[in-house]
Amino acid sequence: MTAFSLDAVAAILLIPVFAAALLAALPKYRISAGVNVAASLLTLLAALSLLVTDRPQPGQYLLVDDLNIVFIVLNTFVGFTTSVFSASYIAHELESGRLTVPNLRFYHAMYQVMMFGMNLAFVSNNIGLMWVAVELATLTTVLMVGIYRTHEALEAAWKYFILGSVGIALALFGTILVYMAAQPVVGEGTNAMVWTVLIAHAARFDPALLNVAFIFLLLGYGTKVGLAPLHAWLPDAHAEGPTPISAVLSGLLLNVALYAVLRFKLLLAASPEAIAPGPLMITMGLTSLVFAAFMLYRRRDIKRLFAYSSIEHMGIIVFAFGIGGPLANFAGLLHMVMHSLTKSAIFFTVGHIAQVKGTQNIAEIRGLTETHPALGWALVIGVVAIAGLPPLGIFMSEFLVVSSTFARHPLLAMPLVFGILLAFGALLLRLTGVAFGEPRGSTAPAEASYIPMYSHLALVFAAGIYLPPPLVTWFQHVASILG
Amino acid sequence: MNGLTFDIAHLLAGGLVLVSFMMLYQDRLFALINVFALHAIVLALSVAWQAYIQDAHHLYVTAAIALVFKAIVIPVGLHRIIQRLGIHRDVETAVGIGTTMLAGIGLVTLSMVLMLRVTPEADPLAREDLAFALSIILLGLLVMVTRRNAVSQVVGFMSLENGLVLAATGAKGMPLVVEISVAFSILIAFIVIGVFLFRIRERFDSVDVGALDDYRGEHR
Repeated sequence: MTAFSLDAVAAILLIPVFAAALLAALPKYRISAGVNVAASLLTLLAALSLLVTDRPQPGQYLLVDDLNIVFIVLNTFVGFTTSVFSASYIAHELESGRLTVPNLRFYHAMYQVMMFGMNLAFVSNNIGLMWVAVELATLTTVLMVGIYRTHEALEAAWKYFILGSVGIALALFGTILVYMAAQPVVGEGTNAMVWTVLIAHAARFDPALLNVAFIFLLLGYGTKVGLAPLHAWLPDAHAEGPTPISAVLSGLLLNVALYAVLRFKLLLAASPEAIAPGPLMITMGLTSLVFAAFMLYRRRDIKRLFAYSSIEHMGIIVFAFGIGGPLANFAGLLHMVMHSLTKSAIFFTVGHIAQVKGTQNIAEIRGLTETHPALGWALVIGVVAIAGLPPLGIFMSEFLVVSSTFARHPLLAMPLVFGILLAFGALLLRLTGVAFGEPRGSTAPAEASYIPMYSHLALVFAAGIYLPPPLVTWFQHVASILG
Repeated sequence: MNGLTFDIAHLLAGGLVLVSFMMLYQDRLFALINVFALHAIVLALSVAWQAYIQDAHHLYVTAAIALVFKAIVIPVGLHRIIQRLGIHRDVETAVGIGTTMLAGIGLVTLSMVLMLRVTPEADPLAREDLAFALSIILLGLLVMVTRRNAVSQVVGFMSLENGLVLAATGAKGMPLVVEISVAFSILIAFIVIGVFLFRIRERFDSVDVGALDDYRGEHR
């Protein structure tokens, strides 16, 4: 059994690598879109097999444990549905001449390299390797954000590149400091970077050094999570790149950085004399939430609107993990999953809407439920879900975050509820016009793939009504690990 | 530790901070790039010295990368780019030199106070390297925020990255140092190629709100 599950970890990493090489060589875009979907499906199956088989022993470089398996399954699932969406999206982009065939070859190969980078970041047991993997995933998304080669797209890519590079530089400095803290206890060499070794000996590390390291790591990886005031790259990158990339940026890449922050939070929590990481995360989370909620009101570009909504939700998630304790961690974890599913579904819908209407300007998109009922109602459900209305999944997770905050720190719950309500108002304000206003713009039928968006929304809906007990026990277990 | 080896390591790391300061007051692009080349040479010497005293032969590779790639290839490439883009006459500091220097002194003080205070038990050499490295990183950030030009932002980023390499080599026995320096070189190559291919002259921040709205799609 051990050999088999080792193979599953290898498959999660190797399938994207081989697929990337193959896609770089394939000239026909229809075939490569199919290969992209098939490779993503295989990766998803390999990830799912990790759930049922025994886990491999943690090595010096790779690790599968209860925490990262949640992230891996979510990552490969959204990666797969996005590849399905991407296939129909890019066909339209090719027709409208925004992308060329060589562009697409590059795009597909990069998509798989990005999946490899993200999967590697999740399964790495080595903080140095994790850093390299996050850098790789970031670089590939930078290249894809700039793929339209317009002035705006290049500007967005450049901004993302520079801010992202500063972020990874700070994260690397933090990583070096963690090594310095570990080296006197664990000894020189690779062992002092292996996460399982670090966590076992964290209690004896120099607390002052760990504190400084965590600040750098939080700032560095926090840039990638999109926490205010380090979020400046996020709205541009979401708005100017191809929509499938907006979906994976919001749904997946932000989670990768969040995962890195959580790992180091655990390390700090294991050292009794180090500062508590919670208050720092609570502050950054609340700032992001309230700031993004205000910013939602003046958005005129529909993708930019939902990019700010991603900042808002990452704020809520980081806040929840900052509060800590079994209930808040459970809520944060659930919120993260629900946000990934809902936000990528929204971007799938918005991508098709922008293609049909030929614009991303909110003012020019009106009355969608009349002209394109399937897309319009998907957007309505998506926005209702992301705004946190019952009975959908996000309502439940937000409710859990708020109630656990009330139970432990009632004063902190006030700005939290304020931010959530503010964002709620902004989103519904925009939604009414877009979905129910006087129809405007093109009424040409949409050639959309409805399966990805509706399957995500169905999952979010189902989770809002009924969470299966095995899932609850699983998440409760992970929440208890997170301390 | 032998007094002389320590002093030489100290001298080279301190020299790196000094060269970082020199970058702050360069108001011509060519001069800035020349100072950066000097920065890379001092880094190469410092890393090579670390390789020698730690008896870690793989660090010679990092030193060679710093010397060949950062001190020769990148500066030559940037010189050409500047000539092609026709921006070699630009004076492009956004903040006055005096203010920048004062800010730089503040940052170095901050990093010394911070790092020396939190690492009282660490190996003295690694400890001072770390303090110097943080100074270089912060000065690199300062170069990035006080310049308007994309090329000088790239130079700022590269000097920041030199600070990281110094920290990584100072941490005794740290694995993956060579791999990380290679990864960074690739990243930098990407940036430089990007600047050249897309003719990015300026960073896209502007105090002109109208221009900002234009590319944020606010008045489309």
